[in-house]
Amino acid sequence: MKKIILITALTAFGVLQMVNAGDITGVINFKGTAPAEKEITPIKDDPSCAALYPGAPPKTQFYVVNANGDLADVVVSLKGITGKSTGASATPATLDQKGALYVPQIVAIQTDQKLIVKNSDPFVHNVHTKPKDNPESNEVQMSGGADLTYTFAKPEMFLKFQCDVHPWMFAWVSVFDHPYFAVSGENGKFTIKNVPPGKYTLEAAHRKLGTQTAEIEVKADGAVQGFTFEKK
Amino acid sequence: MNHKYQPALFWFAVLNAVTTFLLIGLGGLVTSHEAGMSVPDWPTTYGYNMFVFPLDKWVGGVFYEHSHRLLASAVGLLTTILAVWLWLKDSRKWIHWLGITAFLLVIVQGILGGLRVRWMLDWLGVPHGAVAQAFLVLCCAIALFTSRWWLKSETEKQISVPRGLRSHVLYVTILIFVQLLIAATMRHQHAGLAINDFPLAHGQLWPATTPEAIVDYNAHRPPGTIGNPITAFQVTLQMIHRLVAYAIFLGIAAAAMLARKKLGGADALTKLAWFWLALIALQIGLGAWTIWSNKAADVTTLHVMVGASALLVGAIWWLIAARRASLANQ
Repeated sequence: MKKIILITALTAFGVLQMVNAGDITGVINFKGTAPAEKEITPIKDDPSCAALYPGAPPKTQFYVVNANGDLADVVVSLKGITGKSTGASATPATLDQKGALYVPQIVAIQTDQKLIVKNSDPFVHNVHTKPKDNPESNEVQMSGGADLTYTFAKPEMFLKFQCDVHPWMFAWVSVFDHPYFAVSGENGKFTIKNVPPGKYTLEAAHRKLGTQTAEIEVKADGAVQGFTFEKK
Repeated sequence: MNHKYQPALFWFAVLNAVTTFLLIGLGGLVTSHEAGMSVPDWPTTYGYNMFVFPLDKWVGGVFYEHSHRLLASAVGLLTTILAVWLWLKDSRKWIHWLGITAFLLVIVQGILGGLRVRWMLDWLGVPHGAVAQAFLVLCCAIALFTSRWWLKSETEKQISVPRGLRSHVLYVTILIFVQLLIAATMRHQHAGLAINDFPLAHGQLWPATTPEAIVDYNAHRPPGTIGNPITAFQVTLQMIHRLVAYAIFLGIAAAAMLARKKLGGADALTKLAWFWLALIALQIGLGAWTIWSNKAADVTTLHVMVGASALLVGAIWWLIAARRASLANQ
């Protein structure tokens, strides 16, 4: 009986938290002119890859800025929160290898959340993780081969995935031990859902442009906070 | 058993040395193309016996890594045959053991290469590179010891080479080996260029390595740079590499001038010393070109091969000089 009361109370508390929780939204802007991206010319040296790009080769995607100056691929997260991961039950994230590139190149997941890596290319890749705090791995993935599944036990920013067969291929996976994070989209917008009310430090991290923080207060109706990056 | 010149044995030893030199070049291409981990398994290749790995899968970095493995197997086979041949057909006991040493070294080298892949340890690439250089010197020394000149030199009058000159060349050769270790350490950081200008370094004679400076260097790397961020250690290491290069150049220039003074301009060792100097000048030029080309794979690999050649010339020069001195003093 006591157990039932306890579970009911905890569930009620959880639901109450969810009801009161708000979303943190915002837009990431880029100030000035973004550095020009460089063509990945080695793609043209590899016949299998070159066949996928009859015209110009693709460019690097270090600074994804749209015409309005909105900046994508910024990892926004709450700082100082630990041990709140719901990764084990979260929907798996996906990372594809397509056109001899990783798609997307910036990913964020929770600890113990599954990351499914696919190979949509008509040729082989090796998936080589180069973490700082998690174990390194290196696996072959043939064209049409089975998906590879990864989980990471420790939080880590910008954990590198690389393909050594095609050494221009990189993806960076940020791992958090809580669910309060998002990656800005092509319109620069991000949404961190269901954040319990309170005061937090919000961090925005771009792999090339560095990190910014802001002190915010999340109320029942959420909070709005933007960031502006520039290349110094 | 005999003590005579055996052309077939000599030319086989030369073949082994040349193949080893090419193997170092191919190994250089593997690292220059960042392809070392493109085949995650070893001694198999993508689960295949490496000798029957399908041609259609030799794509991208796999081409370099798999070719390197096959050529390494060929060197292993050649070295094994050479060791057996020396043991059976050369009358000198010490060269038997030199053959066995080469055999053991090629096995150690193969295992080092395999473990670097299996254990995913970047730093294992450094001893792998160092053993490669030492093995090349050993293979060339064996070729020298089985040459007509070496075997007939006992019966010919030899002009001695002063001890001071020999020691000088030995020290410079050891310095070149140290330089190759520094270079291997730089290459196996997988960070691209730590300093991307020359002759200045980040626009200065000696670049700052404060945390703020390193952040600034990383923020202003050439567009398209995709290696790991550079560190203060890597910047300092490249500066040491530059300084040691200048020291080696001066050391070899001194060796060439000393050789001309002590042995005369017509002596073969003097000519070899001038060739050595030309080689190191070329090597410094290639080092500069490596930076100006933002570490283009072919230029960088050429830099590796000329570096190996410079080590080799120093070692062979010293062995010939030691032989001449030994015979002249008998």
